[in-house]
Amino acid sequence: MAGKTLYDKLFDAHVVRTEEDGTALLYIDRHLVHEVTSPQAFEGLKLANRELWRKEAILAVVDHNVPTTDRSGGSAGIVDNTSRLQVTTLDANAADHGLTYFDINDVRQGIVHVIGPEQGATLPGMTVVCGDSHTSTHGAFGALAHGIGTSEVEHVMATQCLVQQKMLNMLVEVDGVAADGVTAKDIALHIIGEIGTAGGNGCAIEFGGSAIRALSMEGRMTLCNMAIEGGARAGMVAVDQTTIDYVLDRPFSPGPEHREVAIAAWNELHSDEDAHFDRRVSIAAEDIKPQVSWGTSPEMVAPVDDQVPNPETEQDPVKADGMRKALAYMNLKAGTPITEIPLDKVFIGSCTNSRIEDIRAAAAVIKGRKVAANLKLAMVVPGSGLVKKQAEEEGLDKLFTDAGFEWREPGCSMCLAMNADRLEPGERCASTSNRNFEGRQGAGGRTHLVSPAMAAAAAIAGHFVDARHY
Amino acid sequence: MRAFTTLKALVAPLDQSNVDTDAIIPKQYLKSIQRSGFGPNLFDNWRYLDEGGPEIDNSKRRLNPDFVLNKNRYGGAEILLARENFGCGSSREHAVWALDQQGFRCVVATSFADIFYNNSFKSGFLPVQLNEEQMDVLFRECEETGGYELTVDLESQSVTTPSGQSFAFEIDAFRKNNLLRGLDDIGLTLEHADQIRDYEKRRAVETPWLFSE
Ligand code: SF4
Repeated sequence: MAGKTLYDKLFDAHVVRTEEDGTALLYIDRHLVHEVTSPQAFEGLKLANRELWRKEAILAVVDHNVPTTDRSGGSAGIVDNTSRLQVTTLDANAADHGLTYFDINDVRQGIVHVIGPEQGATLPGMTVVCGDSHTSTHGAFGALAHGIGTSEVEHVMATQCLVQQKMLNMLVEVDGVAADGVTAKDIALHIIGEIGTAGGNGCAIEFGGSAIRALSMEGRMTLCNMAIEGGARAGMVAVDQTTIDYVLDRPFSPGPEHREVAIAAWNELHSDEDAHFDRRVSIAAEDIKPQVSWGTSPEMVAPVDDQVPNPETEQDPVKADGMRKALAYMNLKAGTPITEIPLDKVFIGSCTNSRIEDIRAAAAVIKGRKVAANLKLAMVVPGSGLVKKQAEEEGLDKLFTDAGFEWREPGCSMCLAMNADRLEPGERCASTSNRNFEGRQGAGGRTHLVSPAMAAAAAIAGHFVDARHY
Repeated sequence: MRAFTTLKALVAPLDQSNVDTDAIIPKQYLKSIQRSGFGPNLFDNWRYLDEGGPEIDNSKRRLNPDFVLNKNRYGGAEILLARENFGCGSSREHAVWALDQQGFRCVVATSFADIFYNNSFKSGFLPVQLNEEQMDVLFRECEETGGYELTVDLESQSVTTPSGQSFAFEIDAFRKNNLLRGLDDIGLTLEHADQIRDYEKRRAVETPWLFSE
């Protein structure tokens, strides 16, 4: 019999029961909750007169709707009526149920996918869910982590379980050594460009190979974060020493009495040599260059030294049509060099790229330089209060503000523009976030996805440049 | 949950791949803490010419005459056709709620994003996957025929065209059964509460650090 993949191991360890057709009831170890996808779930529980099964499994935080500017008024001070109501609703639900909760003024508050790992609330071997598709991020720790809808949020609250069909196993191997200045974000965008946004549908993707093992935990999180943009609900990386070094000694990590057993168990969290994968993709790290998205889907990417592609040379008519629509929306002409695309705004933040390493990478580029005159706004939104604090201790905030960047409070911010941070119609933005869908960063706004170093270099130049030579 | 058995209804074609959840229901409407009221904002950015918002009256907004679902012939459609990777993007179940509340009961597409697919069943909404050639037939016939209706039958797992051509589709037995009978997922799971507790006891021994609260 073939060995097990990492996904098989994680799945099997959490099966409570199995139906005849293979549908499993899967136990959930960690449930992360934010204000957007939880109110109807709490309401549903109340209406059905149901209790939380295990409130200790929940970690709740506000992130999507919080302003990134002044917060001295707390939740009640949020100007937008609907945003305020959503935040105060979670305040109330967390208090009613006695949840562990990082509210708007808590220094530990931040984007749900940044704070989980930061607190050690995400651990190897766990099942982690959240009403948010980028829950795939937590798979970086050798955990089975994926997004769920609000009905499932309610289901997990009431039962600590999820009804699950087993996904297929897919392996994406990146071997070799990535060139200097080629980051986890570029690897992620390159992979999605190769497999397409539906490439991982129905699959759990394991990222392997020497280039992945060489990544820091921050880099692995960036990569797994974007597994969902490649169509896979879950992305994951096997546990190694890098993982273990990261998770120890955090507020929620195992106490000294459990440490040794935990480490022994974590060291088993990798695919067996003879494990079977339903799909395999191999990529040479040397082939990857810094990436820039040019369209309205994360698969529409090009290396920075390339051009905006031509739909007329695309064979597949549905695809060609999608490209035409994307170019019209993005107001781009086929054949334009990527480096000649001018920008209006630059956003460094989001659960993809707002961790300390991302901020350091951007800071290294802008040090001693100034934001280009054609930019209306360049902003850095740290992923959490603790990331912000760390960066300030290192003096990075000063480098940004001296260069002309705004240095903000943590949250999702302009990744999806539910708060006041957004693009105006027609504005073009270099963004370190994960989605370039139409209107994602504001109705009519145009998003180009890039790495933090590429975003920082673009802010200085006023258009895209190859951050490797900048 | 509402049951889904069989549906004979008018069809509307949305001939696009990668229709994402931001397009299905833009984020500004996700600020609602209700489960209803999303229908008028389904496909908001494509459907209206002027900008909307959670506090704006949709009946006063200008409809985009070029958006396919605004065409009179598709008014009242309950089945939507689409291409590859329908519902990609965020996990927002609001996407299903918006389709449902606009009157759709079923999307027939080449493929679906996993989370959307999963969320659909929770509202008694049926995602049907057919292959590319079959979708080509449906899109062509729908375009050519006024008042084009399909019959979607969950029990027999088939989609039947007006000319009597029938396409089979796949669905897991467990999901199918729950949907046919309109069963409540949480209630069903709670019937196994003892098994869940047994599992917790076992895991508390095997992985004590996960239960040391
Ligand atoms: S930062 Fe963006 S992608 Fe991440 S959780 Fe927030 S809104 Fe979602």
